[in-house]
Amino acid sequence: MAGLIERDKVSGQTTTGHEWNGIKELNTPVPRLLWAFLITATIFSVTWTVLMPSWPGINGYFRGLLGVDQRVAVTRSVTEAAAERESWTSRIDSEDFATIQADTELMAIVRETGAALFGDNCAACHGTNARGTPGFPNLVAAPTMWGDDPETVAETIRVGINGTSPETRYAQMLAFGRDHMLERADIDAVVSYVETLSQPELAAGMDADTLAYGAEVFAANCAGCHGEDARGMTETGAPNLTDQYWTYGGDRATIRHSVYYGRAGTMPSWEGRLSPTHIKLLTLYVLDLRANEQ
Amino acid sequence: MFGLHYNLERSAVGLVAFIVLVASIGGLIEIAPLFTINETVEEAPDMRVYTPLEVAGRNIYIREGCYACHSQMIRTLRDEVERYGPYSLAVESSYDHPQLWGSKRTGPDLARLGNKYSDAWHTIHLNNPRDVVPESKMPAYRWLLREQLHTDDLGEHLAALRAVGVPYTDEQIANAPLDAYGQANPDSAAAGGVAERYGDATNIRLFDGEATRLTDMDALVAYLQVLGNLTDAAHQPQPEAE
Repeated sequence: MAGLIERDKVSGQTTTGHEWNGIKELNTPVPRLLWAFLITATIFSVTWTVLMPSWPGINGYFRGLLGVDQRVAVTRSVTEAAAERESWTSRIDSEDFATIQADTELMAIVRETGAALFGDNCAACHGTNARGTPGFPNLVAAPTMWGDDPETVAETIRVGINGTSPETRYAQMLAFGRDHMLERADIDAVVSYVETLSQPELAAGMDADTLAYGAEVFAANCAGCHGEDARGMTETGAPNLTDQYWTYGGDRATIRHSVYYGRAGTMPSWEGRLSPTHIKLLTLYVLDLRANEQ
Repeated sequence: MFGLHYNLERSAVGLVAFIVLVASIGGLIEIAPLFTINETVEEAPDMRVYTPLEVAGRNIYIREGCYACHSQMIRTLRDEVERYGPYSLAVESSYDHPQLWGSKRTGPDLARLGNKYSDAWHTIHLNNPRDVVPESKMPAYRWLLREQLHTDDLGEHLAALRAVGVPYTDEQIANAPLDAYGQANPDSAAAGGVAERYGDATNIRLFDGEATRLTDMDALVAYLQVLGNLTDAAHQPQPEAE
């Protein structure tokens, strides 16, 4: 074979000996740079499989000389992060609400961390600005339904409303129409009456007898939860009907829908998903938003 | 060394034999870990199976391509664990055929979504995400509330899943359509059977808010509300690699 090797006169390379119509193929060697890359990559790969978990065996797998384990690594980094925050989380845990609220430095941390926590957990329903969406209450401006002292707010976050926790708060607006508790005329009258509670100017265009009857229906059926003055009761979680804030909507059709079909909104129970520290932090965050609004 | 290749090219049989040999190295490296898979999948004795309604919802999740924008895999990274919860374990996907880990997050990860938000929120959000999240770019899935759920073939879906290793009982397969109805109608006589066959931890609720009929929305919300809740294993401390 050696005798057949022929050298190309122009390039100085050997040829493969194959010839097509007088054109011969050069037997150019693989460039040295490519060899260098290939060899480096091979050395790297082999080293990597020795250092890191790699080769499967009959019983288990080779765990690598460095002993790297992602689960151990992430557990460590989460613990380290918690230790870094310890300086202020320990204060959130141990100090009472009033002390924390008076501490401007700590409240700056609450605002920053609270915004991230709120965005991850609460914003889907209550909105990124916490001003609510139809069906989910405004947390910033509207009066609270269960009370606005810090302990109550924290408890609402912990157990939720109509949630999955065994201690959850229960609140249900009955379906007065669907379940035949009120006649259609009763519903129309009480809806008119409820409309005038927040919009007194509407009373002028309504029949006085209907409104009087609506007030009677309200006293007999609604006042138990919403209160005689319709200003809501924190004991029952029933909202104030005399202000400008509505969870579901204050137009006649929506009020009528609420009376006819009832309402039973759910706030999930956050205990278990959020730590007590996070619940306390969110309470402080939301109350801070409310305080800034007023 | 290079002479070997020279000579190899001159023998068709030798060349083919070497190609098969070299190509099989890649295959072996991919297949070999499957022989030791029992060691990588954790123990979860409390693991529940998907109910028929959740299986139907899972099928809708696949049909609508939710996996293209949502992952179901919390990786072992600090920011993911702090945002979404405990990292995903292999055992949590053991009844998922196929698994829906996903590889892209246009929307958030859904592995720990179960019972995070209310059924009402899911119904509003799937119907039109902008109603609750004005800045959302997720498409509106308005037909979910309109489409009546097909339940007649759910028994066959369960049987198919049993064929690939999900431990459904004959009773569960026989009652699949009834259980799908019962799970979304807590006031109906069929609801009791669901709790009996699938455990008390099963969510039995009016998922889409309406008792009158069973919709695609009922199924999809039921599925989303069970994500991450089939087993408690991820919330237990994990033993370190031996």
